[in-house]
Amino acid sequence: MAGKDQLKTNAKQVPLLETKGITKIFGELYANNGVDFAIQEGEIHALLGENGAGKSTLVKILFGSLQQSAGEVFWKGQEVHVKSPSEARTLGIGMVFQHFSLFEALTVAENIALSFDADVELSDVSEKARSLSAQYGLPLDPDALVGDLSVGQRQRIEIIRCLMQDPALIILDEPTSVLTPQEADTLFETLFRLREEGRSILYISHRLEEVQRLCSAATIMRHGEVVDSCDPREETAGSLASKMVGADVEGIEHKTAGKTGEVVLALNNLSMGTSHPFAIALKKISLEVRQGEVVCIAGIAGNGQGELFEAISGEDRQDDPHQVVIRGTDAGHMSISRRRNLGASFVPEERLGHGAVPEMSLTDNMLLARHASDASEFKKMGRLNVIAQSAIVAATKRVNEVMDVRKSAEDPPAGALSGGNLQKFIVGRELDRKPSFMLVNQPTWGVDAGAAAHIRQSLLDLAASGSAVLVISQDLDEIFEIATSIAVMADGHLSSPAPAADMTREKIGLLMASSGADQGQAA
Amino acid sequence: MDVWASIILSVCAASTPLLIAATGELVVERSGVLNLGVEGMMIMGAVAAFATAQVTGNPYLGAVAAVIVGATFSLLFAFLTLTLVANQVATGLALTILGLGLSGMIGESFVGHPGVRMEALNIPVLSDIPVIGKIVFGQDLIFYLSIALLAGVAWFLFKTRAGLMLRSVGDSHNSAHALGIQVIKIRYMAILFGGGCAGLAGGHLSLVYVPQWVEGMTAGRGWIALALVVFASWRPGRLLVGAYLFGAVTIGQFHVQAIGVPIPAQFLTSLPYLATIVVLVLIARNRRLTMINTPAALGTSFVPDR
Amino acid sequence: MRIELQKRPDISKLYSILSPLIALALMVVAGAIMFILLGKNPFHGLYVYFIEPLTDPWSREQILVKATPLTLIAIGLAVCFRSGNWNIGAEGQYLIGGMFGAMIPVLFHGWESPLLLPLMLIMGMAGGALYGFIPAILKSRFGTNEILTSLMLVYVAQQFVDWVVRGPWRDPQGMGFPGTKSFNDSGLLPKIFEFGDAHYGAVIAVIAAVALWFMLSKTLKGFEIAVLGQSPRAGRFAGFSAKQMTLFAFLISGAMAGLAGIGEVSGTVGKLDDKLSLGYGFAAIIVAFLGRLNPLGIVAAGLVLALSYIGGEAAQISIGVSDRATRVFQGLLLFFVLACDTLIHYRVVLVSSVKARM
Repeated sequence: MAGKDQLKTNAKQVPLLETKGITKIFGELYANNGVDFAIQEGEIHALLGENGAGKSTLVKILFGSLQQSAGEVFWKGQEVHVKSPSEARTLGIGMVFQHFSLFEALTVAENIALSFDADVELSDVSEKARSLSAQYGLPLDPDALVGDLSVGQRQRIEIIRCLMQDPALIILDEPTSVLTPQEADTLFETLFRLREEGRSILYISHRLEEVQRLCSAATIMRHGEVVDSCDPREETAGSLASKMVGADVEGIEHKTAGKTGEVVLALNNLSMGTSHPFAIALKKISLEVRQGEVVCIAGIAGNGQGELFEAISGEDRQDDPHQVVIRGTDAGHMSISRRRNLGASFVPEERLGHGAVPEMSLTDNMLLARHASDASEFKKMGRLNVIAQSAIVAATKRVNEVMDVRKSAEDPPAGALSGGNLQKFIVGRELDRKPSFMLVNQPTWGVDAGAAAHIRQSLLDLAASGSAVLVISQDLDEIFEIATSIAVMADGHLSSPAPAADMTREKIGLLMASSGADQGQAA
Repeated sequence: MDVWASIILSVCAASTPLLIAATGELVVERSGVLNLGVEGMMIMGAVAAFATAQVTGNPYLGAVAAVIVGATFSLLFAFLTLTLVANQVATGLALTILGLGLSGMIGESFVGHPGVRMEALNIPVLSDIPVIGKIVFGQDLIFYLSIALLAGVAWFLFKTRAGLMLRSVGDSHNSAHALGIQVIKIRYMAILFGGGCAGLAGGHLSLVYVPQWVEGMTAGRGWIALALVVFASWRPGRLLVGAYLFGAVTIGQFHVQAIGVPIPAQFLTSLPYLATIVVLVLIARNRRLTMINTPAALGTSFVPDR
Repeated sequence: MRIELQKRPDISKLYSILSPLIALALMVVAGAIMFILLGKNPFHGLYVYFIEPLTDPWSREQILVKATPLTLIAIGLAVCFRSGNWNIGAEGQYLIGGMFGAMIPVLFHGWESPLLLPLMLIMGMAGGALYGFIPAILKSRFGTNEILTSLMLVYVAQQFVDWVVRGPWRDPQGMGFPGTKSFNDSGLLPKIFEFGDAHYGAVIAVIAAVALWFMLSKTLKGFEIAVLGQSPRAGRFAGFSAKQMTLFAFLISGAMAGLAGIGEVSGTVGKLDDKLSLGYGFAAIIVAFLGRLNPLGIVAAGLVLALSYIGGEAAQISIGVSDRATRVFQGLLLFFVLACDTLIHYRVVLVSSVKARM
């Protein structure tokens, strides 16, 4: 199989797709700058790069969602101007999006029908979707409402929708970020099968291990430019990483792990109903987090992690105060402000619109999370509650320095910061309080490698200083890097935590699929 | 029996403008846009219809003018909210305020003139059938149009590809954009359609319901139409029920006033507005129903991702 | 050619100040065009509308009289709109405020006391606040759309006040005209100047504007309002309650509208009659946006809108332009204000439809 592959790439044939000098400018920012690359027929080609390297922009240009400022695209040797996604589909380019382009209020069949240009009978679509899903081993019910489906199932819709068009090139944007390791294996088998049919695949990822397993060619981007291209099978993970980041990434330093103290957070049979139709109910969750511990909760997105976060933070309160205990105090009935006053702090998954108000300055966002816990410092004139601006400015400055937050102006709106810098600010805002308990949901999601290392290190340091840390994450690499013990969340249930040393990817994968299994495999 | 037939006819006449305006707004909201300017577009339609019918002597031309003026007027809203991404709530209010003022100025010279009535079609023979004859075959053209419009919209939304695209835009404009669906174009067309419908609804008021021009004659019907869309939870079938329920309340309070029930007329006049509030509360209490049916993108602006 | 918007990295401070001024300039241009269409000299028309009233002391006082209710209502609306609550029923709260405030002087007509006026003002605020509380409680308890309920309540209030002044509260000696007995002197808001109509309501409006400006820009409550208005989810994370905010915002804006109502009843008319509803509650929406939801800006915006009312009356008399043109001007002004606000957040770029390639 590999030999045949080699033959094709070596033959001096016209590439399936080639770009020359693609440049895309947003205002003053060069999102793409003179990008040249080529994909051969029947090849799985990796596009590697950090967040913000320009991968998504390039892909959107290829798929017609964006128009380049300069440069040419060649399809089978002919220059093409792809003005819209439907033109891309007509050429034979299909796309599986990272943030799915699906409609929750519509059925699977309706979602698929929308990608056709001509009027098609829904019954025909359902029929064809059924046969394709059987053919590629991707079970799917065409009549189900998308809002009721799991993330993995939603990805199958995207793939089937793409295959309906019989594309010659399939673009996949970070496809495994929402899958269990086992589900990812199934996806890889599907991809190999597609390659055998002579299709090309452009595979966008920052997971090096996957790329080495799958791809026979790789193009590496940094700051909007192509910095290298190589055969990933001949590289090491380390060499790929340094090509991607442009420098060696600092390792994480574990300080005096092991000594754990008293219980800081206890969940006792925590159960929560659902507040809206597509939410996940929490089912009898019990957990203890002790001083000096970093407990990590693994799981695929949409299995109740967001709901768990809001239950612990107090954004959703409990009827039974004993279900959430913080530092020995029953806190179930307490508001988020009172829980903060007990020494707890929280970093939500969504930075913009949850952890921070995008249009507001960093100082305002400092006040956002700390007006109650730092009342004596941040407010003055008693009941009038006048804001003490200077104290807030000082705290903001402190955090920006400690966390090395890079910004364009003195006090820019949160929305103007890059993902990594804003996350450093939000994490730093809580660390600055020296909390005795910290809950973080997806600490490094969409954050560049440098910032991610900084954030993980600071969480470890916090635990080492005697605080309890609870991390919810989908990133197994991250979990194995920082966890002292690991629990797995699936369909609103939480497995009992086990020491990180006893856990393997396979075990976690099985736990991820355990209660979701019947739901995921059926249909 | 004749009394009942005439009551039913007047209920139809009171319900028709509500139904037409609400049908248009339903399409607009299904595309994810909240246009609070229904009242303004409606009254512009009313004055346009009245003026055109006066000048030409032809009520049908009046109805056509109402549609054109309503749609043109809605373009203002579309340009501000879609092209300039202005706040939809505020812009809708602006449309209503401007419409009420502009129609007052245009219609000033028509105040007190007798209007040109659009007569009932009275289909021969069939309309002579006792009781139901008049109701089914003896009404004005706009009444039949209102029913056809509703059926057409239901078919369009749920049976055609264009309708599916419109619903997808209302559910998630970002996903629709990623698929290459032209979000802005679809929303422009939906707003134009809604404007045309609101205009026609106003035309019905000044051509059929009370064939004359009175400043501010829509009297909140545009707002009730907006409430009807919520009541119907964005489904055409329920719209019909809602519009006729309100028509019946309106006519009912007239009859109670006429009989001389010792309740102050002002209280009875308030009834349709109070009924609207009650209905809105009842429908909002059913959270699951509302949340599943509400177009998820409703009221949010769309700026294409860089 | 088409218009493309490019998001500014930061909110443009320059355009935050310029945008209402550009909107005013656009309205003047639109006004000139309208005068031409009506066959009038546009320069003379604009002069009569916007300059002449300022030259005459009587007109200047009339502007103050009109600006008072507009400003009071609009600063309340600013609190509401900033917090993401759409109270468009201020007209109803204004009417009920006027009616509540009139209750004591009507029911205890002979009572003269320095306490009367403060009691009336408090009653007016309470009435407006209570009436504003209805859509607020429906929204926070049942999730009912507050835009529609608050608007519906305007029609109900109009009917109710109409009934009150024609029925139970009608002055028996009023020759059959709807309206209560005229209030005693101690129930009247005193005039500021010896002659003329301007009353102390204007002073109250300025004080209220400064107080609300302080709350919005300097206190935690103002911060809470801004956060919940921009991002309810972040507000919940901060420990703020959107439901309580709805109640608070409607109470404040209802009270301000009610104060405007009793101010008008006690300061301008001297009794409650059937002509209290003049559309100030809706015009105040324009004032609020023209003042960029800032109470101090609103004081200026209230004067501008009051000028358009007085100018409209003058234009009707001297050049025969319908006073309805005023409402058209006001409607257009709101459109221009909203359109110009785009400049604060976006760069507006004209792009030719064929994509330029480098």
